[in-house]
Amino acid sequence: MGRWLAFMPLVLFAVLAVYFGMGLREDPGAIPSQLIDEPLPAFELAPVAGAEAGLANADLAGQVSLLNVFGSWCPPCAIEHPMLMQIARSGVVPIYGIDWRDTPEAGAAWLERHGNPYTAVGLDPDSHLAIDLGITGAPESFLIDRDGRVRYRHVGIITDTDWTQTLLPLIRELKAE
Amino acid sequence: MIAELGQAALILAFVVALLQAVLGFAGVAVRDPVFHRFARSGALVQFVLVATAFACLTALFAVSDFSVLVVAQNSHTLKPLIYKLSGVWGNHEGSMLLWALILTRSDAALSLFARHVAPRLITLTFSVQSLVTAAFLAFLIFTSNPFARLWPAPLDGADLNPLLQDPGLATHPPMLYAGYVGFSITFSFAVAALIEGRVDARWARIVRPWALTAWTFLTIGIALGASWAYYELGWGGWWAWDPVENASLMPWLAGTAFIHSLRVMEKRDTLKAWTILLALVTFSLSLVGTFLVRSGVITSVHAFAVDPQRGVFILGILLLVIGGSLALYGLRAGHLKPTGVFAEVSRESTLLVNNLFLAAACALVFFGTFYPLFITTVSDETISIGAPFYHATFIPMMAVLFLLIPVSAMLAWKRGKLGPVARKLTPAFIAAIAAGLIALWVAEREAVAGAIGTALAVWVGLGVLLDLKSRLKLFEIDLSASWARAKRLPAAIWGMIVAHLGIAVLIFAVTGVSAWKDEASAFLMPGQSMELDGYVIELVGVERSDRENFVSQAGTLAISRDGRELGEMVAERRFYPVREMATTESAIRARLDGDLYVTIGEGVEGRGWVVHAYIYPLAVWLWIGAALLALGGLLALGDRGRRALSARAPAARDVELG
Repeated sequence: MGRWLAFMPLVLFAVLAVYFGMGLREDPGAIPSQLIDEPLPAFELAPVAGAEAGLANADLAGQVSLLNVFGSWCPPCAIEHPMLMQIARSGVVPIYGIDWRDTPEAGAAWLERHGNPYTAVGLDPDSHLAIDLGITGAPESFLIDRDGRVRYRHVGIITDTDWTQTLLPLIRELKAE
Repeated sequence: MIAELGQAALILAFVVALLQAVLGFAGVAVRDPVFHRFARSGALVQFVLVATAFACLTALFAVSDFSVLVVAQNSHTLKPLIYKLSGVWGNHEGSMLLWALILTRSDAALSLFARHVAPRLITLTFSVQSLVTAAFLAFLIFTSNPFARLWPAPLDGADLNPLLQDPGLATHPPMLYAGYVGFSITFSFAVAALIEGRVDARWARIVRPWALTAWTFLTIGIALGASWAYYELGWGGWWAWDPVENASLMPWLAGTAFIHSLRVMEKRDTLKAWTILLALVTFSLSLVGTFLVRSGVITSVHAFAVDPQRGVFILGILLLVIGGSLALYGLRAGHLKPTGVFAEVSRESTLLVNNLFLAAACALVFFGTFYPLFITTVSDETISIGAPFYHATFIPMMAVLFLLIPVSAMLAWKRGKLGPVARKLTPAFIAAIAAGLIALWVAEREAVAGAIGTALAVWVGLGVLLDLKSRLKLFEIDLSASWARAKRLPAAIWGMIVAHLGIAVLIFAVTGVSAWKDEASAFLMPGQSMELDGYVIELVGVERSDRENFVSQAGTLAISRDGRELGEMVAERRFYPVREMATTESAIRARLDGDLYVTIGEGVEGRGWVVHAYIYPLAVWLWIGAALLALGGLLALGDRGRRALSARAPAARDVELG
């Protein structure tokens, strides 16, 4: 074995460590710069089983809304769900759901089992919209303003604190615009 | 008061660990036996101190002392005592303390059980181990203090996530950690061997029981995690390629490669540098697994801690432990010269191929887990990698690996002949093809995948049994003579056979659960029924009741098949008011040929309750296969190779006394 070969693992690890370091500096909740303040990509999503309509850009027009990406296969989504129910009950902002990598049946079953906080839900089985939005994992949520532009991105579960300290004040601001 | 006691114990443990690391290295340099003795007793002291801290935290949870931050955030007076106690490690700080506890416990075990090891080697091992422990304790004390106070103390706690109130979850982390941390011992031995610049078959024999113990715990831990997901998540998902699941799979794959190459090194004194590298990589992956998912680099359900400051600390630990050991490897691996040679066709070569496949599979999972991170770091693009990626890459790779299992076990060491092996395995080959064809014929769904899986399972299972038959000369000589051979067969061989049978069972179970599953759902009013694969499921009634810390809605279902009554099942939905959260308690009718899995959803006025039914063929065999794997690990642990170790012991003991 060549002397240099023995250093290969170290070199590989060094490269990884640099990435890990850069990954740490990145705020996981920060949005890719080109999407913020940009209009949502155009989409027209099919409904879940049993629902009449899916979800399209037009549904979000003229109002401040919360766009939430979830999936029935996603355990963190189950943890986030009660918070969404609570937000829906409060009536502060309509929530629109993107059911990601799911079948119409699984999506419908999920909503029946856990309750439905969404004004409307669209299916994105092949990640078309998810890729356009740059989704890293579910759950993920976006605040959309009246003109249909993305104003804020939240990665991961919306906790009580996220809601009261970040999202709610932002929604009030967007509504006042 | 209890909290302060725990805090003090933790700080003392940190000091002892640092002292032991420094004194150990110094002792090896000056060759003074006093240092060697300190290494052993220091390990015990660390364990006692960390155990005290852990006992303090447990007591705080038991008495619900909400003036302690962690308790206030993760407990509640209404919670059953057992879940108050499992709440100790249901949060970031507590789980890190559990890590430290298990780390020092293996350290103490090493101190008590590792006799007959050359004093320099064991002292160096303790020093490396203490360094790792010190790094951990520093992380706990400085960034994740479990004993931090909260003032004013709240009247009641914020409860534990109800999804996590489950016996499976109470036992899953300790097992998993015992596996992760167990590999720290083999890691420390490997670093010690690198420092010494010498490693031989005896080293392999010393390390083997530790590697097997860790591997067995890790296997059980992963299986418990999968069964928790299966029973608790409400749709029978047992593996989702979630980053955290991958984090436990990677060290398992590397560890599996490690125990195989360790065997080669023990028997044939070769593959030394490779084996040492695997020892380093296995523990490194355990560290990366535990930490990166906790640092917020990758978001996931299990990511308890999202805090950049912790992340920086973790990165520091990774640099120290992994970077340091790999640098040492680069400097010293050249000194590890093999003495054994082997031909292209031999058990060594097939085991090397096994290792390369496992390493490649591990790299694949690593790539799938971290690729999204790489992409977001270098560009603004984001991508996601899910199950389809692993189905297309990981599974074919494992399938090829499984093909090799019976061949490898039958080949002779050093130089083998393929001819006799092929003859012996012909029945297995024919049976596998036949089973595949039958599966193709019978299956209603996913026929091709099902056929391949079935054929593979039969090939591995029958191949392993044929290997056993030829080892015992069964039906070639007297039964009593075969029995005598069976009793003489080394425990390691029995372990191998049982574990490989476990693999065969797992292949079949995974095939059944994923390829042949079926589901249906319907709204049912009491008295109405639905049908799935011949089962008729009738909703008898739904009952609401208030329980200790949740509200229950239990649906009773009567099951029948072809007009035959099969009894009743109860599917439950629980609502936890404190967290405004609902969980599903599925009703599962587990039989050897498969599970009938039923859940009940929220009721809708006028339409009834939504009932979901799933058929998961062979699901029980997932757990049986995993149990066989763990049993194989345990059997191999009992191998008499250890007796040979003590036979040469007096010399080693003399050195220690002198």
